[in-house]
Amino acid sequence: MIRLENLSKQYGASTVVERVSLTVERNSITVIVGTSGSGKSTLLRMINRLVEPSSGRVLLDGADTAAEPPHLLRRRIGYAIQGHGLFPHRTVAENIATVPRLLKWTEARIRARVDELLSVFQLDPASYAHVFPHQLSGGQQQRVGVARALAAEPAVLLMDEPFGALDPIIRAKAQEDLLDIQRRFGTTIVLVTHDMDEAFRLGNRVAVMSGGRLLQYDRPAALLTHPADPFVARMTGVSDRAMKLLSLTTAGEVALPGSCQGPAVAASVSLREVLSELLWSGAAVATVVEADGTPRGYLTVAAILAHARP
Amino acid sequence: MKRTSWPGRADPLGVLLSVAGGAALALLPFVVFKTNRIVPGDPRGLFEALPAATAATCTVLLALSALVAVSIADAKQRLSAALVGLTVVALAAAAAGNALTPPGNHVVRVAPGAAFWVLLVCLGLMATDAITRMRPGPGLRVLFLGLFFAIAGAALAHGTFDHLSVMREYAVNASRFAHEARRHVWLAFGSLLAAVAVGVPLGIVGHRAPRLRGAILGTLNLIQTIPAIALFGILMAPLGALAAALPWVGELGIRGIGAAPAVVALFLYSLLPIVANTVAGLTRVSRAAVEAARGMGMTDWQVLTGVELALAMPVILTGIRVVLVQNIGMVTVAALIGGGGLGTFVFQGIGQTAIDLVLLGAIPIVALAFSAAVLLDALVEVMDRGPA
Repeated sequence: MIRLENLSKQYGASTVVERVSLTVERNSITVIVGTSGSGKSTLLRMINRLVEPSSGRVLLDGADTAAEPPHLLRRRIGYAIQGHGLFPHRTVAENIATVPRLLKWTEARIRARVDELLSVFQLDPASYAHVFPHQLSGGQQQRVGVARALAAEPAVLLMDEPFGALDPIIRAKAQEDLLDIQRRFGTTIVLVTHDMDEAFRLGNRVAVMSGGRLLQYDRPAALLTHPADPFVARMTGVSDRAMKLLSLTTAGEVALPGSCQGPAVAASVSLREVLSELLWSGAAVATVVEADGTPRGYLTVAAILAHARP
Repeated sequence: MKRTSWPGRADPLGVLLSVAGGAALALLPFVVFKTNRIVPGDPRGLFEALPAATAATCTVLLALSALVAVSIADAKQRLSAALVGLTVVALAAAAAGNALTPPGNHVVRVAPGAAFWVLLVCLGLMATDAITRMRPGPGLRVLFLGLFFAIAGAALAHGTFDHLSVMREYAVNASRFAHEARRHVWLAFGSLLAAVAVGVPLGIVGHRAPRLRGAILGTLNLIQTIPAIALFGILMAPLGALAAALPWVGELGIRGIGAAPAVVALFLYSLLPIVANTVAGLTRVSRAAVEAARGMGMTDWQVLTGVELALAMPVILTGIRVVLVQNIGMVTVAALIGGGGLGTFVFQGIGQTAIDLVLLGAIPIVALAFSAAVLLDALVEVMDRGPA
């Protein structure tokens, strides 16, 4: 669990972050979203003390991070940034081994961990471990960057616009992979982005920042249904908020019991996709099925629309 | 691969080199015969210096080299032809020395003449041009260099050139030569090492503090504009005064003249390329890589040595290459103020109008500078290979 208490940062006369307090639950993904200059990156960088807070404190599992030398603190916290920041003069394996080396793991343990991570990120260790970063595609470089951040099994992973440099298709894949990784390792993730869609897709909770202040910190649905102020409403988007709300709920969560004739949809897809499927096929009812094909229930257009309002 | 294009299209460089070499061979003396080391010489053409059959063979072989230079595009064949030509020219000079020197006479001098030098330059250019066209890797270039020195060294050790004037001077100065050569290398490397020890930290400061950068580079630029002799003069007074005031400093060898002002001057000249390249190298390091390194918990020292300097190293090495080649040449001037080195022979030779003695100093200096350039270029290329 990460707790920020009254965290502020001033540079001379200008205040970049102003009295921000929030709590990040263990094993969750929190997304900090804001426009450029909102202070979101500075806030993130105060968690691993790349930026020292002017006032306030950061508690990691109850312990004040100021009590620990910053470089030792950072070795316990994963860090991935936009443009990956891989070391061009070191191989993929050496890049991933960076923090384990700093922590003086044994060579055997390092090699096993590097191979494990490469496999998890769908990079065959035999063909990728010993190539240099410039020999990889942009998507592969980004995956190695995240693998490197996770190498020493950190409980917390900080990500600063990690997918900012990727094209839309690769970005969507990277976001899905991140959700898988989070489920697999149970890492607590704090991610900074300027993209509200990304925030909604990834975040268990979303923090909206503007002008150095935290405007609202809540579940994505709550940001849509109860925006704290006009800026949050503008950020989340007013014109398609009903559709956004539908995209936050899966068919399985709200399927009505019983069975009905209609096109089959997976329980894991969002209501937005079910509605789209019904509109496209002209059917009035969709059958919700589990991944193995067993029926879970059904959804009507009217039942879906009921979830499109606060 | 393009093969013979002759007579359709002649190689322009080959034509130029062949015409220059041919004209030199026909019009200029191949060797100069002197009855002793300082009298004006008696010029001899190739056919006057060698038996007719030998001279004719040499001429035919050189003409074949010229033919290859003009008509064949293949780099390996051009290189082979140039090497054959160089060997012929070197052996012809050696043979002329043997032929013109009366047995047992150690007073007459047979010096290479203008035609010899022109041919050497033409064939040398042909060889380097061919090597450049072959684009050899760093390892192969170093191998070429090693082979050249192995062959030249073997010929010298065997005594092939013993009757040529430069080797006569060497025979007289053999013990001093080894001493001055060592001193030359020591002066060049010593000032380089001092400049690296001071220049790299200064470059790091210049990179981190842009406001100091201007001042540092400006001062070093100013030092570069001072001529070497003037800088020796400027340093003489303070170093002399220092030695006079603190006798123990003088006992360390630091005086107004000698090695101390030479090393200090070379050190000052060396700083600019080292500092400027360190700044440039650090500036090109990816900011994201440095940010990631800090974010993962590297200490400042680990970030500096493991990431910043490691990535800047090819550019810093390029600066070191510039300095080393520059120093090997400039140490020559140190002989003027008693600093020693191979320049001693150059200036003694000038004083005695003994051109052979000048060459005894100058040829090894050129060879040293050339070797340093080849070796460090290869090193830079190897270091720069990994990152894009």
